[in-house]
Amino acid sequence: MTDTLTPSTASGSADSAGPGTGTARVKRGLAEMLKGGVIMDVVTVEQAKIAEDAGAVAVMALERVPADIRAQGGVARMSDPDLIAGIVDAVSIPVMAKARIGHFVEAQVLQHLGVDYIDESEVLSPADYVNHIDKWRFTAPFVCGATNLGEALRRITEGAAMIRSKGEAGTGDVSEATKHIRTIKGQINALKAKTPDELYVAAKELQAPYELVAEVARLGALPVVLFTAGGVATPADAAMMMQLGADGVFVGSGIFKSGDPAKRAAAIVKATTFFDDPAEIANASRGLGEAMVGINVADVPAPHRLADRGW
Amino acid sequence: MTPKVGVLALQGDFREHLAVLTGLGADAVPVRRARELDQVQGLVIPGGESTVMDKLSRAFGLREPLQERIVDGMPVYGTCAGLIMLSDRVLDALPDQRTLGGLDVTVRRNAFGNQLDSFETDLDVAVLGAPPVHAAFIRAPIVEEVGPAASVVAALGDGRVVAVQQGNLLGTSFHPEITGETRFHEHFLRLL
Repeated sequence: MTDTLTPSTASGSADSAGPGTGTARVKRGLAEMLKGGVIMDVVTVEQAKIAEDAGAVAVMALERVPADIRAQGGVARMSDPDLIAGIVDAVSIPVMAKARIGHFVEAQVLQHLGVDYIDESEVLSPADYVNHIDKWRFTAPFVCGATNLGEALRRITEGAAMIRSKGEAGTGDVSEATKHIRTIKGQINALKAKTPDELYVAAKELQAPYELVAEVARLGALPVVLFTAGGVATPADAAMMMQLGADGVFVGSGIFKSGDPAKRAAAIVKATTFFDDPAEIANASRGLGEAMVGINVADVPAPHRLADRGW
Repeated sequence: MTPKVGVLALQGDFREHLAVLTGLGADAVPVRRARELDQVQGLVIPGGESTVMDKLSRAFGLREPLQERIVDGMPVYGTCAGLIMLSDRVLDALPDQRTLGGLDVTVRRNAFGNQLDSFETDLDVAVLGAPPVHAAFIRAPIVEEVGPAASVVAALGDGRVVAVQQGNLLGTSFHPEITGETRFHEHFLRLL
């Protein structure tokens, strides 16, 4: 793996451990180990254990799943440290937690709590409508959302070690997730077809550094792992994201807002591994009970669409 | 004839292993099913989450065939979670977590701590010679106890064991597949 963009090493934290920690390689490397897996939103220790037992590759610890944030409204912030620390203690798989966009102090707190990955997330209310967090300054790795390739590359420039396509969280409607992963993959494919002299203007149009654009064109992929998120609710949804080229999936409200969370969680894990095998996806999809009710993205008024947060 | 080797592809960084093996001239294929396991002469178990690999290998009827091949002497190389899967004994595992076994060692999961303690370093490995191996440890296990049947291949400066071999089974706590290091894979291919 190449590390073309490492403008600063992680130094801004008293939590840093020994030498060789917090490098781009170990930050991006953890995401590599999560590939082919399902990361599940959990709001209690009990849910975290159910997720781990069902085969989650990591859990996202938060106070309210996106469907509830959407229903209840108000400002959504980082979760209570007691909740996050409780989940960190309860499971042996990696724990992620969300900080608001631009809220570098929430990120400092999450790093101090020992979370394995910080999600600078549009699901929470942004704390800064201009700047994202300077993620190079942290020992903990960051995952960030993106709706298109330029947005993904800007987040990587800021130090993100993993990207997730945003989708529209808390809806159970997979259409936006489809749109965003197709957009990112399509733009990567378009870059691959360009001649070297065309990459300069491509960088201008993507509003991303030339070196990173050239690297994506050469690799035919992002230099970091790309998961997908936002509306995945069924085994078939997860398998579709994998067939569209995602490295893995986040499932937020889709599991613990359904009728039988443990069974649905295990089924989504199976469908993610055997994403190209309709017989296995069919087996995994049988008898799961009620899926989350969901709302159609088209019925969500534009000001309430989370994917528009971040730029 | 080019040896056909598999990489267990239930979850984890199996693509990186496939790329290293292919680069070394092996015919490398992903293995998710028992019938795919039947086609290969050796297997790599990648990095990932050992809990997930355990559950999926049991759910899809792969556990028994894997154990049979290991007992039969198939060469297997495990990195990180793969090392855990090959170990006879695991500390800090889930209550119902099982391994395939084969290596007479006791490993501890997440032995260095959480992701903040993940690191990269240079490691002297006698069987590979110079230069040192550049090794990435990512929420890595360590080998806490090496039984009489297994031997130490590499240890950190403080003596903690991070690579072991027993006959045709090889395990490392770290990930050569993400640092451009190919000598462990070459060593594995020579076991075929």
